[in-house]
Amino acid sequence: MPASRLRWLLPLGVLALVVLGWDLVVRLNALPPYILPGPGLVLETLIADRAVLFGSLLVTLRVTLLALACAVIGGVGLALVFASARIVELSLFPIAVILQVTPIIAIAPLMLIYLQPDTAVLVCAFIVAFFPILANTTLGLNSVDPNLRDLFALSGASSWQTLRLLRLPAALPYFLGGLRIAGGLALIGAIVAEIAAGSAGQGSGLAFRIVESGYRLNIPRMFAALLLVSLAGILIYLALSLVSWLALRRWHESEIGRMR
Amino acid sequence: MSPAPLLRFEGVGKTFPNGVTALAGLDMEIRAGEFVSLLGPSGCGKSTALRLIAGLAEPTAGRLAWAPGTDARHSIGFVFQEPTLMPWANVFANVHLPLRLAGQSRRAAEPAIMEALELVGLAAFRDAYPRELSGGMKMRVSIARALVTRPRLLLMDEPFAALDEITRFKLNDDLLALWRRLGCTIVFVTHSVFESVFLSGRVLVFHPRPGSIAAELAIDPGQPRDEAFRTSPEYAALARRASQALASAMREAPEAALAGPGAA
Ligand SMILES: Nc1ncnc2c1ncn2[C@@H]1O[C@H](COP(=O)(O)OP(=O)(O)OP(=O)(O)O)[C@@H](O)[C@H]1O
Ligand SMILES: [Mg+2]
Repeated sequence: MPASRLRWLLPLGVLALVVLGWDLVVRLNALPPYILPGPGLVLETLIADRAVLFGSLLVTLRVTLLALACAVIGGVGLALVFASARIVELSLFPIAVILQVTPIIAIAPLMLIYLQPDTAVLVCAFIVAFFPILANTTLGLNSVDPNLRDLFALSGASSWQTLRLLRLPAALPYFLGGLRIAGGLALIGAIVAEIAAGSAGQGSGLAFRIVESGYRLNIPRMFAALLLVSLAGILIYLALSLVSWLALRRWHESEIGRMR
Repeated sequence: MSPAPLLRFEGVGKTFPNGVTALAGLDMEIRAGEFVSLLGPSGCGKSTALRLIAGLAEPTAGRLAWAPGTDARHSIGFVFQEPTLMPWANVFANVHLPLRLAGQSRRAAEPAIMEALELVGLAAFRDAYPRELSGGMKMRVSIARALVTRPRLLLMDEPFAALDEITRFKLNDDLLALWRRLGCTIVFVTHSVFESVFLSGRVLVFHPRPGSIAAELAIDPGQPRDEAFRTSPEYAALARRASQALASAMREAPEAALAGPGAA
């Protein structure tokens, strides 16, 4: 069998086995649904509650993508400022690091005091997504082949030309790597903040559904919402991988290696 | 009759901020239209000298005197030791770069780009990306990029050092043919005694630490540079003289300086 097909079939097979095992455990032990619902019941709940659950999925996805977009604009923008003025980088970078290393779960309750719940969720997702984009883009903008830099200087390139034709393309693979990390983190940030907001939020995101179902001991719906959170993460990852592949497939090692 | 000097190094010295003295008391002359090689062991300051000519660095002592009224300083092609291509751009765009930076559109520059690519025999690869090329082909793209602006002065820093001998011989022949056609001045840096003797009208032998000229070797400009020359006794004799000059330059090198920057 060709290796490419094996790459799809193997993980799918393992996944099927896990689901089957889960089903067997539930059946053989006759576990009640409020302890552990079987996969069939979770799927049924997903279909039955689809209006509520998919509505929540959209809410969470919207917040995540909005936060990601803000992180891209803010991260790339600040990286450009850093790249043009070293003094700004020296003075601001530590603050960005502090924001990054402080766990978002610890910041979220504070945000909820000062901000509307919806805004707080957005800000939390933004904070975690912002740093990888800033750090990677800054690294990329500074990782230019010194000979190419000399060549640009020799040809009398303006600093705008050097930025557009040399530094930005050189930074692109780094930026896309940061973007892929940021996509996953933005979702985590949004979920964490939604959970922290809990019933305080009029929130109706997926995390709110999980918490709500937990209070009501509606375990199958908890699982169904969890499934959708995973699905959202996978979707974001796949979409960003596709973007990365489209942008780099002609020249960058990371994407060319995949085609072999 | 010796041609007019294009550029003179007058007691040029270059000391880096970390205290390493790469060049000291360097006097040499580059003549208009000649093919001159800078030959010397690794670390003797050849690249530094080339960067000074290009204006990518400034001397810390002495000066570079350009012939009056020359615009050569603004018409320089530089070929780096590595191909130094932009991996995200195809061959055409890489060669377009110097013209693009000077404000020439793709369309306006196309004839010049294709001509430069034809000179190096890569017109068929205009849409290829650098990764899809062999090492020798990348080097030729890099040469095409240096030629596309029709420079009056071509600076080449060990351009063929990483290539196998056969490719190297072929590119040596191509380069000489180009030089005759274009009539530019070429300053060619190399470690290879044989390459320097084969290519140039003059070989300047550097001695290391700090770098300056140890010997100068003139080679009959009327001599055809072909396969016959490569196997001739004259060639062997010239190569032997260059080797001896290089060996004695290495012996003369001051002991203290050989210990490296840490010893200072
Ligand atoms: N930017 C720099 N900062 C400090 N020292 C430098 C710098 N560039 C070169 N040097 C030093 O200057 C000396 C000459 O370097 P250079 O690159 O000119 O040598 P080279 O003759 O071109 O050697 P090679 O044949 O190996 O390329 C070396 O000792 C090197 O360590
Ligand atoms: Mg060198």
